[in-house]
Order: sequence, then C-alpha cells, then structure tokens
Amino acid sequence: MTDNKKKADNGVNVQALLDARVALENSPEAAKFEWSASCEWKDGTYSHSTVEGYFGLGEQQKRMTTFNFDADHPAAFAAEDRGATPVEYVLVGLASCLTAGVAAVAQHRNIQLRSVIATLEGGMDIQGILGMDSDIRNGFDGIKVSYKIDADAAQKDIEALVAQSQKRSAVYDIVTNPTNVTVTVN
Amino acid sequence: MSWCLSERSIDHVVLERGEVANSWRTERWDSLRLLTPNWQSRLPSFGYEGDDPDGYRNMPELIAFLDRYAEVISAPIETHTIVSSVRADDDGYVVVTDQGEWRCRTVVVASGACNIARVPALNDAVPSGVATLDSMQYRNPDQLGPGGVMIVGASATGTQFADEIHRSGRPVTLSTGEHIRAPRLYRGRDVEWWMDIAGVHNERYDEVEDIARARKLPSFQLTGTPVRKTLDLNALTAIGVKVSGRLAGINDGKAQFSGSLRNVCALSDLKMGRLLDTFDEWASTNGMDGEVDAPHRFEPTEVENSPPLGLDLTSGEIKTIIWATGYRPDYSWLDVPVLDRKDNVRHDGGIVEGAPGMYLMGIQFLRRRKSALLDGVGDDARDLSAHLATYLDGAAAP
Repeated sequence: MTDNKKKADNGVNVQALLDARVALENSPEAAKFEWSASCEWKDGTYSHSTVEGYFGLGEQQKRMTTFNFDADHPAAFAAEDRGATPVEYVLVGLASCLTAGVAAVAQHRNIQLRSVIATLEGGMDIQGILGMDSDIRNGFDGIKVSYKIDADAAQKDIEALVAQSQKRSAVYDIVTNPTNVTVTVN
Repeated sequence: MSWCLSERSIDHVVLERGEVANSWRTERWDSLRLLTPNWQSRLPSFGYEGDDPDGYRNMPELIAFLDRYAEVISAPIETHTIVSSVRADDDGYVVVTDQGEWRCRTVVVASGACNIARVPALNDAVPSGVATLDSMQYRNPDQLGPGGVMIVGASATGTQFADEIHRSGRPVTLSTGEHIRAPRLYRGRDVEWWMDIAGVHNERYDEVEDIARARKLPSFQLTGTPVRKTLDLNALTAIGVKVSGRLAGINDGKAQFSGSLRNVCALSDLKMGRLLDTFDEWASTNGMDGEVDAPHRFEPTEVENSPPLGLDLTSGEIKTIIWATGYRPDYSWLDVPVLDRKDNVRHDGGIVEGAPGMYLMGIQFLRRRKSALLDGVGDDARDLSAHLATYLDGAAAP
C-alpha cells in the first residue's frame, strides 16, 4: 500500500464522483442517462459515426467537440480499410472503460499509477458472420484482456483494482450480459 | 432484548406469531444447521453447556436452545399472536394483533431479515415444463422430481442446496454471481472463531467505510456439518456440480448466463485472501502463532475455460429451478413511514429514524458485523435497551 501521508494523483476527481452519488441518492431521476451516437453510410463497408451529445442530469447535454469515428473493414474482407472494424470499436470501448475504472478505483484507494497498458484480443470464427455454419456465433467467442500495470502497490492490490474495475464497468456489463436491442426503420 | 429490559425492570411483552423460534421451526430446509459453532451463541446470561462446543446446531437443537432460553429468562411471550398493524399515536404506538390491541410507548421491531424469499422477475419467463421453488419452499431433495436442477445463487443457501441435491442424483447447475468464499477451517480453527477473536465480528456500523454496502453483502459460503467441511465452488465442482455465471436473462426458453464468472470468482478469492491476512496479522501481533497451525493459502477458484453462457430450459435437461437469491424482511404490517425507497427501515444502529421510541434488531450489520448472529444480538440489545430506557425517562432527544 502507499504511504498514507502521500496523496495519490491519477487525475481523477474522486470527491466529485462521491458527491454525485450523494446528490443522486436524493434525486434518482437525474441519474437516468441516455447516451447517443449517429452513423452514416458512406460507401461499401465504410461508415462515419459521430458523438456530440447525450441526455443526463435531467436535460440534453452538448459536448465541447464532436467526436468522429470511421469504421470499415480490412483488405482481407475486400474492403478499403478506411477505419477500424466495428468489433475493434467494441474492444476499444471495453479497454477504455476498464482502464478509466482502474484509474478511478486506484485514486479512491490512494494508489499512485505510473503506467497502465491493456492489450485486448477478441477471438472470432468468421464462419459465423459468413453464414457458413449456424452453430457458430457471429460475435466473439471470447475476449482476453491483459493488463500491464506499474503502480505504487502490491501485486494483489493491483489485481484487486482490476477486479473492482470490471465489477463497476458499463462496457464490461454490456458485453458479458444480454441486452435488449430494438431496431426500427422510420 | 427481553432479558435486557427485564434487567432494567421495564415492563414489556414479546409478541410471537407462532411458537418461540417460529422461523426456524417452519421456514427452513431440513438439513440446515447453524453456520456458527455451538459455543458461539452467547446470549445475555445464557450459553452453550453441552459437550460439543465446536459442533453446529441442527434445527431441533436450535429450537430447544431458544425454547430453554425463553424459559430460563421467563420472557413474557404471547405466542400465536399475529401483528397486523403498528401505527403511531400521540405518545407511542398502537399494535393491532389478532389477539387484541396493545398500546405502548416504544416498539422493538425484531421480526427478522429473512421473512420472504427474494425471487427475481425472471421467474415469469421460466418455461412451463420446468418446476420452480424458492428457498423457503425447498425442504429436501425428495421434494423434487428426477432430472437436472438449476440453482440460482451461490451463497450459503445455494451452495448447501447444490451439495445435497447433486448428491441425491440430480445433476446441478449452479448459477453464480457475486459471492463470498470462506473456508470452514483455517489454520485448524473455525473461520467463525477467527472472525470473533480477530475482532472482525465486532466491527461497528459507524466505523466501516461503506455501511450501506456492508449491510447488503451476501452470506459466506459456509455449511455446518459434523465433519466441518468447506463448501466453496471448488468443493462443488469436485463432486460434479456445473458452475455457470450469474443468470442474466431467459429468452425464448433459454437461460442466459453472464460472462463475468471469472471476475466474480477472482473478486471472491481476493476478498478471502484479505480476510486470511487479517487473521494472520492478528495471530502474529498477539503471539498466537504457536497456538494455531501454520498460515497457508487455498487454491484459487477453478473456473472452466469456457463456462456456459446459455442453457436451453426446454430441452428437458433442467426439470427444476430453485431461487436461492436471498431473502428480505416483511414490513407489510408496519404503518409508520420509516422505509426508504428500497423498503428497508431507515435507522442509525437500530434507532429508527423519524419514529421516536422505535427500534430495529436482528438485521445484517445493525450495529456490528455480528448483529444478525445469535452471538451478536446480546451486545445490540444492551446498547439499544440503554437508549430505550433513556428515551422512556424523557431524556432522549426526539
């Protein structure tokens, strides 16, 4: 464990998060968020997505910048490789969610992080998406996340950080548990 | 509490809907034994006197124990008295029962934390060919038809069901979310002995970091058996129980399990490691290393490479689902606005908020980690009876 007198600084405002918890306890309605993204087809398997606002704390919120995401498929799929594949975005989402969690939990536990690197692998048998074998699922058959963490803490405390981060991660929950998806055409 | 009130010469009555130890008599499964050893049921002025202090009481023994305590302390118990309503009036409370009304200045709610089995809404999606039972309806494996059984929940209740049902020849799948692994014995001593002597059981509600979380923790995966066996997931896997992730959904008759099994097991192993560290630290600080066996660690929980993510409930493989998903208290008779949005009584260490003269007892971590144990209720009763006496004297702030 870290020296108690030294305050870890991972750039996470834990107090703000704890204050938010108290505030939302009294007005749970404000805790209902709606995240959004929009996507426009360009050409072939190439599409362009943007993220610019979300609903939360009782009102529509605007981001300071519009975030842009290009998605495509690599040449092996006879595509032009103009962006990461959608499944790679899932890996990116999982990695960044878990990593943000590691930082937040470390801050809360007063553990100074020096470096956190995650590598992810999502296994997939593409006979599924190619419709060759209906017994093979379309999605990942498993995801492996491997963390390399340099921090001011014992190995078991680092393991506990990573375990706790999974417990509190939205994307981890989304990929490990079923979610109802409703798609409509207007 | 009755003993403490009598000590203070406070006139009181104990209302019991059935016989003394009613829940233990009528609402528990046949093989259940207490999770704490016999010596560890230290009630005010009363304790274990038999020749098996390290054993675990079965239900008839526990009922006899509580019966005898009631008799020894001459508790003023009104049996077969069902309370239908408690409401506030000018200077106290009106308690309506099927045996008439009581008026009192103070009320102690000691009706327990485990009155109703929690059953998730998923129960409605179980296909019709599969029988369902909750943990209060289950008595023994003979109750079940032949065939596979899915048990949902892997705390003390679920793991005990899994063990005896699998051994009865009905293959068990155990759906496992967050759970707390614990060895029955560590360094040759009962884990409850360690919890007691190392001060873990005595941790106070106003000293722990997150009391709301501490009050929601599931029970240790423990069982009380004559051979003092450990009943963790490894023990269940070893006899052939199939462990799956948390039941996350039932869709078109198919059960869907969470892919988080590996992490909930890792969390549990880490948590157990920290608890054992606490014990080791206590032993070395207190010069007890020579009195107990050498420190050691347990194998991590084994999780198969690809735990199942789904199970077709219409295939005939599973004939019964048992919900071992916890219990909740029943406050349907409590007509005083003291419940929070999760229907728990708002209280500060058993002193009910917004209802002067009302007290709560016998729920998890009420005042101490041991509050829900027979061994913990005495200290809580001493504290709360002191508060109650002061309140009656008119000295306590409303």
